[in-house]
Amino acid sequence: MIILEGLSKSFDGGASFAVDHVSLTVARGEFRVIVGASGSGKTTLLKTLNRLIEPDGGSITLDGRPVTEGPAYLLRRRIGYVFQGVGLFPHLTVGENIGVTPKLLGWDAATIKGRVEELLDLVSLPCAFASRTPQALSGGQRQRIGLARALAAKPDVVLLDEPFGALDAVTRDTLGHEYRRIHEALGLTTVMITHDMMEALLLADRIAVMKDGKLLADGAPHDILTRAGDPYVRELVETPRRQAEKVAALAAGGA
Amino acid sequence: MNEQIAAAFGLLPVYLGWHVVLSGAALTLGLVLSAPLAVISARSPRVRWPVLAVAGLIQTIPSLALLALFYPLLLALSAVTRGAIGHGFPALGFLPSLLALTLYSMLPILRNGVTGLTGVDPAVVEAAKGVGMTDRQRLWQVEAPLAAPVAMAGVRTAAVWVIGTATLSTSVGQTSLGDYIFSGLQTENWVLVLFGCAASAGLAFVVDQLLGLIETGLARRDRRRVVIGLGALLAGFLLASAPIIAAASRPAGYVIGAKNFSEQYILSDLMTDQLERAGSRVTQKNDLGSVIAFRALAGNEIDAYVDYSGTIWTTVLGRKDTPPRAVLLAEMTRELKAKYGVAVLGALGFENAYALAMRRTAAAKLHIASIADLAQHAPDLTLGSDLEFLSRIEWRGIESAYGLHFRTQRQFQPTFMYKAVEDGQADVISAFSSDGRIAADDLVVLTDPKGAIPPYDAVILLAPKRGGDERLKQALQPLVGRITVEAMRSANLTVDRDRDKRSPVDAAHALAAAIGLK
Repeated sequence: MIILEGLSKSFDGGASFAVDHVSLTVARGEFRVIVGASGSGKTTLLKTLNRLIEPDGGSITLDGRPVTEGPAYLLRRRIGYVFQGVGLFPHLTVGENIGVTPKLLGWDAATIKGRVEELLDLVSLPCAFASRTPQALSGGQRQRIGLARALAAKPDVVLLDEPFGALDAVTRDTLGHEYRRIHEALGLTTVMITHDMMEALLLADRIAVMKDGKLLADGAPHDILTRAGDPYVRELVETPRRQAEKVAALAAGGA
Repeated sequence: MNEQIAAAFGLLPVYLGWHVVLSGAALTLGLVLSAPLAVISARSPRVRWPVLAVAGLIQTIPSLALLALFYPLLLALSAVTRGAIGHGFPALGFLPSLLALTLYSMLPILRNGVTGLTGVDPAVVEAAKGVGMTDRQRLWQVEAPLAAPVAMAGVRTAAVWVIGTATLSTSVGQTSLGDYIFSGLQTENWVLVLFGCAASAGLAFVVDQLLGLIETGLARRDRRRVVIGLGALLAGFLLASAPIIAAASRPAGYVIGAKNFSEQYILSDLMTDQLERAGSRVTQKNDLGSVIAFRALAGNEIDAYVDYSGTIWTTVLGRKDTPPRAVLLAEMTRELKAKYGVAVLGALGFENAYALAMRRTAAAKLHIASIADLAQHAPDLTLGSDLEFLSRIEWRGIESAYGLHFRTQRQFQPTFMYKAVEDGQADVISAFSSDGRIAADDLVVLTDPKGAIPPYDAVILLAPKRGGDERLKQALQPLVGRITVEAMRSANLTVDRDRDKRSPVDAAHALAAAIGLK
């Protein structure tokens, strides 16, 4: 369980807020998606969870304990982190990339090797990939490795920052659903950031909508789709709704 | 020719050894200092600008000047530590060379290091933080390996610069491959100059290639190349430094100094011969600057060398009057002992005075026989001088005594100064009276009716700690009063002339025979 209370962050000494007094709860095992346009503060909010950014005000607790307890690098080893840039280490093999956090945690080599194979299997890649270099991979394969690396040290919580944003539509959809399967299979708590409401509606257990650092809506996909009072949120769900209706009409007409 | 090359090869182990030890140490020190600075600069833009600006500024100082400036600095520091803890350190030779070259090596290492580190993909840096690396782990496991190829390119540049610039350390008394170049230039021995260039360039090339091997090894994650490159560098360093270490383990002997011209080399070799025949071990420090030589002697860094009374009188004692030869010699002897503890063993018997000289034909045409005659024609003439004459007190004395104003004044290495007067690029030169080239080149020395030029008796000076060293004194005493100006001139000419050249060592042997020492 992750609880954010009155969280705020300013990058200009308080003149404006990237995150403006946001309170949010993520239940254990929940797949939580935060939707917003660029500049809405969603990425800043996500990065405060693993302390890549330190907030100015408010608090974050993870399973009842403040995340500020202990050094940041120890927290990050317990939280999986996947982002659009992927950031695979180009000087390491795929296997070494996946095994990096276990190695930091001092696992022995044999255990790491076994874990790498397990994870390649989990993200649907052949074991032979372990000895390859990241340069030789496609975009989709890279993000699968990024995902495997985030999961390597068996975290309970995974943070995803627009993880599939740079991929083509089909790969994005495939990976999204594969991740959802992994989320359930491993019983993870996931916080994902996206600007794509359709993606959020299809994957999330609960959706939060952010604009200008403020939380505008917080609810299950069904509620967001049908009961949103805020005009911005209604505007956001309008596009996927229209697209879905059109596709449904096309399918019906064509049959 | 073959004999010259053979002689040059004979000196190679010591010259190359020192060159390798010096540039290796400077480069290592430069790397050790620059690497953390590069890391700090890469992380903080506020540090980056001043650090790179200062390193760039150092680079703009001419390398010879940087080497020269460390000498007075170290001398002052040495005086401070001697006062504080009772121990000084040598301000000549290895230390100033090491410091100057270290500073010189820093800019390329810093610049490439910063470029390499700041050039690491921000996504990779974010990932390194995200997976839970500490700052240190991120530096060593991610940033350093990714920046290494770019940083290594900087190390290669620094290595080539340092090895090339190390040849200049000869001028502050540090033996290096530059000894070939400096003494070759002074004695017009172009074989020696080329030999020094080739040796230095060859060393730079080999080191650059080995560093290049390491660079590609780092870029391609090929451990084998890195190990081979590092191993070869280390093995080369140890191999080259072996003669130096072997020499250092032998008991220390006398150190004989010499300034940077042929006569000084010959006299240094002559003194060395005398000492070695008496069973002493001797090392030589050649190519010292005029004032540096005296300071080194006063600081007990060299034990003996030959200087000239007029030079000491004006530049060391700061005197502007010109008393007669014997009076000046006696007073100088007294003052050196009193002020510096330096003992004058005695005058060798000849003078090497500054003299203004012209081509005989040109002087005859203009009816110039004395400096007074010259003054009338000077506004139409070009003065060629050696590198220090124009900044010496004697020149100011002559200038004001006769009201000399030349059309232009040009400075040359002594070798080129004689060439210049020969082919008309200079009309008048600041010659040396013991120089064999005056007669050989058919020059005429202008008389000094006003006595503006002081006498320049060649004298053997002994370091303060050697003032009571009977063994040293006995070995060198036979030289006192024995060398006529004719003997010195002909010895100088055999080294300076274009054809049938002799090495200073051979000339010293011949001179010893001529004055009946053997």
